[in-house]
Amino acid sequence: MIVAEPKPIKEILEMVKDFKKVLIIGCKGCVTVCNVGGSKEVGILASTLRIDAKKNGKKIEVEEHTLERQCDPEYVDEIKDIINDYEAVISIACGVGPQFLSERFPSARVFPGVNTKFMGGATEHGIWSERCAGCGQCVIHYFGGICPIARCSKSLLNGPCGGSDHGKCEISKDVDCIWDIIVRKMMEQDRLDELLEFKPPKSWTTARDGGPRQLIREELVI
Amino acid sequence: MNDFKPQIIAFCCTNCASSAAQVAEGMKKTLPENVKIIQVPCTGRIEVLHLLKPFEEGADGVYVAGCQEDSCQYVSGITKAAKRVEHVKKILEELDIEPERISVFNLYAGKGHEFVQVALDMTDKIKELGPVM
Repeated sequence: MIVAEPKPIKEILEMVKDFKKVLIIGCKGCVTVCNVGGSKEVGILASTLRIDAKKNGKKIEVEEHTLERQCDPEYVDEIKDIINDYEAVISIACGVGPQFLSERFPSARVFPGVNTKFMGGATEHGIWSERCAGCGQCVIHYFGGICPIARCSKSLLNGPCGGSDHGKCEISKDVDCIWDIIVRKMMEQDRLDELLEFKPPKSWTTARDGGPRQLIREELVI
Repeated sequence: MNDFKPQIIAFCCTNCASSAAQVAEGMKKTLPENVKIIQVPCTGRIEVLHLLKPFEEGADGVYVAGCQEDSCQYVSGITKAAKRVEHVKKILEELDIEPERISVFNLYAGKGHEFVQVALDMTDKIKELGPVM
């Protein structure tokens, strides 16, 4: 999933301080699963804005709405009849959501309510870790099913650097050296020799280095 | 003399705090009028939004009265509630509202006196802080 975290409340309050009618829009996709942008969090943010307004003697109307997904135009369309009633829109979807809203409703003032962090998963309840860097050409099968691009601090593809220390990365004792884990796993699977096989240099043109990306699947285009 | 009568919402666990309330009633000890009780099956069910809503509606203080950490009928209800209370404290701080306006208390079912004392202590604390708005 795409993992995000809430923006500091003060930052959001600063964004919308001049507006009296605010619409908060959540998303039932990834941000609901990582407890940052679903209907529950829409309610919490709305309540927080109302408490702040009450405390400061300001009048504010805060409306709550959660879309099935903010990254699909047909769901974004759901708010077409109400969005113009609001001076500001706070999207608490990942960074895709507020952009889709801005594109669909050009006159709307759309603000991001969360900081999008990475693509990953929940390793424990309340703890998420990065797993994918979206390089566009998956190679994890070469490395025991583990991605060194996303999980090595230097994205090294040819083995650990000199900063690997007793299984930990030099950037922090809390960060595993993923190459230590890859090597151990390949040894357990008796496949260590596969790491010695020659692989041509990875093409990064499919990653962000190739510029903004678009995917077209002709069989799905209507 | 402080005439301010703080409005306080108390979320009380059915298994311990509410039993303590019954014991208090039997002891003829009465809660202050300004404390409104909301009984919940387990404090672990109380969400962050439940704790914020009273402030939104004008309450001056909120507290959760639940079990001892090692005697929750649902294992970890009060531990979860305590974490959510901590989260709401942070939200209040960000809004420049005193985080002391929300608290969590661990009670015993049989200690009615303690149940009433918590309500009195909370009332005194909020009186000192004054109204939120």
